[in-house]
Amino acid sequence: MIRFETVTKRYANGREALAAASFHVSPGEMVFLTGHSGAGKSTLLKLVAAIERPTRGTVIINRQSVSALSRSAVAAFRRRIGMVFQDHKLLYDRPVFDNVALPLVVDGVSRREVDKRVRAALDQVGLLGRETGFPMELSTGEQQRVGIARAVVSRPTILIADEPTGNLDPDLAVDVMAIFQRFNAVGTTVLIATHDVHLIERFPVRRLHLGQGRVLRDEPAAALGDSHGG
Amino acid sequence: MADEGLSVTRRPFRARLDGWLERHAQVCVGTLGRLYARPIATLLIWTVIGVALALPALLQVTVRNLEAAGPGQGRAYAIDVFLKPVLGVPQARQVADRLRERDDVARVELITAEEGLAEFRLRSGFGEALDALTDNPLPATLIISPSPNSTTPAALAHLRDALQALPEVDQVVADMQWAERLQALLAAAKRISNGAGLLLALAVLLVVGQVVRGDIETRRAEIEVSKLLGASDGFVRRPFLYTGFWYGFGGGMLALLLVLGAVAWVSPTVVRLAALYGSNFRMLGLPISGYLSLVASGAVLGWLGSGFAATWRLRQIEPGL
Ligand SMILES: Nc1ncnc2c1ncn2[C@@H]1O[C@H](COP(=O)(O)OP(=O)(O)OP(=O)(O)O)[C@@H](O)[C@H]1O
Ligand SMILES: [Mg+2]
Repeated sequence: MIRFETVTKRYANGREALAAASFHVSPGEMVFLTGHSGAGKSTLLKLVAAIERPTRGTVIINRQSVSALSRSAVAAFRRRIGMVFQDHKLLYDRPVFDNVALPLVVDGVSRREVDKRVRAALDQVGLLGRETGFPMELSTGEQQRVGIARAVVSRPTILIADEPTGNLDPDLAVDVMAIFQRFNAVGTTVLIATHDVHLIERFPVRRLHLGQGRVLRDEPAAALGDSHGG
Repeated sequence: MADEGLSVTRRPFRARLDGWLERHAQVCVGTLGRLYARPIATLLIWTVIGVALALPALLQVTVRNLEAAGPGQGRAYAIDVFLKPVLGVPQARQVADRLRERDDVARVELITAEEGLAEFRLRSGFGEALDALTDNPLPATLIISPSPNSTTPAALAHLRDALQALPEVDQVVADMQWAERLQALLAAAKRISNGAGLLLALAVLLVVGQVVRGDIETRRAEIEVSKLLGASDGFVRRPFLYTGFWYGFGGGMLALLLVLGAVAWVSPTVVRLAALYGSNFRMLGLPISGYLSLVASGAVLGWLGSGFAATWRLRQIEPGL
């Protein structure tokens, strides 16, 4: 489902965030992406979402090379991917409802359907009843959950999350992970970049460890599950 | 799952049509709401566009009125025909009757030598000097008004030559210059009106484009996030197109009011002026189609101006985070 073939990403300022990174994630898998700050986790996720283009190498999502997508195809492509951003990317002059509804509005979903789905998504992140509030009136953790609700509201086939639990207390972090697991259970491919050691230890999923611009370690889920003793 | 995972799920046609209509209606009303939320800025833009559209329209009104007033009012083109002094009154009447039958003649007024002298005496104040004359020095005169469709310089020249050729006629005085000048003036005014129309249409395009560019900058965050979430170019551009449409439409409506107001304001003076010339001329506005096209051209220019600006600017905004 997600395949990187010797992908290099060099930014305009010359920084090389990824250097010939290769890996493959199968459909329906759930994967943690770990690594030091600056290791290239966010860069990798942006390449998956076609927000950045690879400098060299090929990013293949669902058997299609992302570099080959036309402008309009990129837009349609992004609509099939749910993304939680490290810095939330909320619209601060719009109420919570509008923020969560945006992916559906962009996709041309009817108003009634939007209503229903936004409520369901907010319910999942424990923010039902906060629709009319503005992001500024929410705590950082609540804002993060609005971002998560927005990522899942369109029921994407690929869900990528950049530090989704960064500002959440351990209980909430586990709740959020439970949401991702629910989606994963129905077949959604989930890719989560995180520093959160507790979380990584608690959930026995495959880990890709980034360093020096490439995948340094690839630890499969089964091994972790065993080490936890089930 | 793996294969069709990323393919676009097709909703039924009816649902998509409903969705499309709903989105457009929403954006159409929503953009109007945004303009309403900042009334001063909106009124300012409407005024600029309104004035730009009203100017060529007012020139057009002027041309229309000159066209209608000039030739329509026969007096303006009156041709004076002085008959030979030997002719008596009955003969003069005969000539007048004959001329009335011509197609290019609307009216013939006969002023006999006696009437002419009486009038001259009355007006000139040379009464006593005239009494000293034994013979009436004035000839009988025919004042000829050409018919309205024979007021072109060529037609007038033809009529003048025909009159001059009559054996009873001594001299023809036709103020051809006046006719020629009016025609030239009208032609020039029409050109100026068209040229000004083109230039000001361009100005409206640029104004709307610039304003929409500003709108895009203030909503940059929203545009970037929408694009991150997969908004198409069309989706992102739509609100700006409607905003441009409302700018142009509002400006067009204002132009319409300006023209109506100007006509109503000037009309009484024109009527009074016409009355001084013994005419019951009424000032003309634009035809209904003229008013409609004023509003329509505003709306179209607004739509185009914002379309150009938005298409160009939005392509440059790519979310790199
Ligand atoms: N837009 C950009 N322009 C230039 N350099 C960038 C850009 N974005 C990231 N980089 C650089 O690329 C490298 C990888 O950045 P990235 O954001 O992917 O790291 P990260 O693993 O997500 O770090 P963190 O855990 O702090 O979020 C960094 O050295 C960073 O400075
Ligand atoms: Mg990061």
